[in-house]
Amino acid sequence: MAEITLAGLGHAYRPDPRQPSDFALQPMDFAFADGGAYALLGPSGCGKTTLLNIMSGLLRPSHGRVRFDAQDVTAKSPGERNIAQVFQFPVVYDTMSVFDNLAFPLRNRGIGEPEVRSKVEEVAAMLELGPDLRRPARRLGADAKQKISLGRGLVRSDVAAILFDEPLTVIDPHLKWLLRRKLKQVHERYRRTLVYVTHDQNEALTFAEKIVVMHAGRVMQVGTPQELFERPEHRFVGWFIGSPGMNFVPLERDGDGLRIPGTDHVLPDGLVGPGQGRIELGIRPEHVRITGSPGAEGVPVEVERVEDLGNYALVTARLGTATVMAKLSEDAPLMPGQAFLRLPPAWTRLYLDDRLVH
Amino acid sequence: MDKIENNKAWFLVLPVFVIVAISAIIPLMTVVNYAFQDIFSPQDRYWVGTEWFESVLADDDLHGALIRQFVFSFVILLVEIPLGIALALAMPARGWRASLALVLMALPLLIPWNVVGTIWQVFARADIGLGGWLVNALGIPYNYTNDPVAAWLTIVVMDVWHWTPLVVLLCYAGLRAIPDAYYQAAAIDGASAWKVFRYIELPKMRGVLLIAVLLRFMDSFMIYTEPFVVTGGGPGNATTFLSIHLTKIAIGQMDLGPAAAISIIYFLIILTLSFVFYNVMTRMGTGERA
Repeated sequence: MAEITLAGLGHAYRPDPRQPSDFALQPMDFAFADGGAYALLGPSGCGKTTLLNIMSGLLRPSHGRVRFDAQDVTAKSPGERNIAQVFQFPVVYDTMSVFDNLAFPLRNRGIGEPEVRSKVEEVAAMLELGPDLRRPARRLGADAKQKISLGRGLVRSDVAAILFDEPLTVIDPHLKWLLRRKLKQVHERYRRTLVYVTHDQNEALTFAEKIVVMHAGRVMQVGTPQELFERPEHRFVGWFIGSPGMNFVPLERDGDGLRIPGTDHVLPDGLVGPGQGRIELGIRPEHVRITGSPGAEGVPVEVERVEDLGNYALVTARLGTATVMAKLSEDAPLMPGQAFLRLPPAWTRLYLDDRLVH
Repeated sequence: MDKIENNKAWFLVLPVFVIVAISAIIPLMTVVNYAFQDIFSPQDRYWVGTEWFESVLADDDLHGALIRQFVFSFVILLVEIPLGIALALAMPARGWRASLALVLMALPLLIPWNVVGTIWQVFARADIGLGGWLVNALGIPYNYTNDPVAAWLTIVVMDVWHWTPLVVLLCYAGLRAIPDAYYQAAAIDGASAWKVFRYIELPKMRGVLLIAVLLRFMDSFMIYTEPFVVTGGGPGNATTFLSIHLTKIAIGQMDLGPAAAISIIYFLIILTLSFVFYNVMTRMGTGERA
């Protein structure tokens, strides 16, 4: 077990990178704490798999170093650096039994058969593979094969971290949550560092203690699910996390305040301070309040659409020149037409040039 | 509700019936006809039962040809399959080198059988052939026209040159189809190069190897043109394989009854062995018993 430190780590697939767009992974400093459960979350092509492959040693970074604790492993091969990885598609050795599959990494490292047996049986019991140990691995379903891939990482006591590269892609939806729960159990029991790459925020939010949101080869924010939800540090995080994502309403400077264009609603200027730049108001659809009657601080809006999505209603409304989405409980029925919107100050964020300022 | 029957559907499968009948069933049944009768003309024919079979099965010439044929096919499989796998593993995976290697590999496959025979007939000649002359110049006596061992060697080397590329191309395709994740997982699991071959590459090549073994077995078991051109079955009967023996009986001696009996035996051997190969190889290494 180890803390994984990325020091000035960056990667460019082309040999002579000159500008940021040449990098698949922008040079960065980051540390994965020992025993943590991390998710690398971001859209396709944001560099998360590149980062994962650099950590496992499948890819040699063009810039910077990778350290496991104090040891520099940048130049070491995957076999040498005590790491396990579970891939998008289940990888099992077809001709071997489940037992031999799980024993493979141990036997390759010359570990004695009695220890192999006890280790494999322990991990198989944990992963509920016990009854299948003698069966040929290729006969098992995709979910069991993925458990075998995971098990090959768990049997090794020297593993610094287990890396997952979108491991639930080919798993049936009804088995996904079972496997996710299994992963959580595995983490609680073994306390290995787990790094989980995914583009699915639900997977990241249920699995991870800390989520690393990536975009265009850059780490946008690192935080707990709650932090990402409540205080997105960057416009991208607000937009990417949540369904639907955060509402962003452009604001214009108006004397001493910030006005929502097309309305009379003015926010105090002191929140942003003087200067240039694009100012936007951000608020989660979950925090927007829309009512039929004008209460205190109600801003008039035009409700365009009300969609009943089972346990809540998704309301699309026109606020001045902007469009705002709101998630409202079903017991406050609303019809398209004139209504009033409130922005609870506790949940209202301000962004200056895409960065959180308040 | 009654099912509507429409016999027009038979017209759709008719072409298949016609093609299979003309290409396979009718010629095969003609041979069966000859194998159980003594035919002088369509009107003048006599039922002989299994007489032809009994006589050819007791024939030492056939025994000799059969043994040579089995030894030849066995040697061909033993050399070409491992060599093909080794060459496929050694070939570059991508880039212009891969294209070049593929073109070079495909070249022998593009040459007609009798041309291959002619090339080697000339190349291996002790007097004017570059290859044959060179071997003799090195002090090794070599003349395929009078030395059975040299004749065998020439034909085996020629077949290896001609057909190993087929095995290589099949294995190469099989290897390229293995996803990178397998190699990555093996690297992380600390597997040696041998274990990567044994537990990933070989099992993943099972399908193409089955095709390679079947094709090379059937083709080598039916070999005719190349030894006919190079050695004509000699010296003596040293390279008289089954097809050459059969042709001698059928065309040389016009013994159509015995020739038909040999043809059927020949066909049944290939069918049986292909069936055995198929079953053994599809179950091999899967943890199931054949």
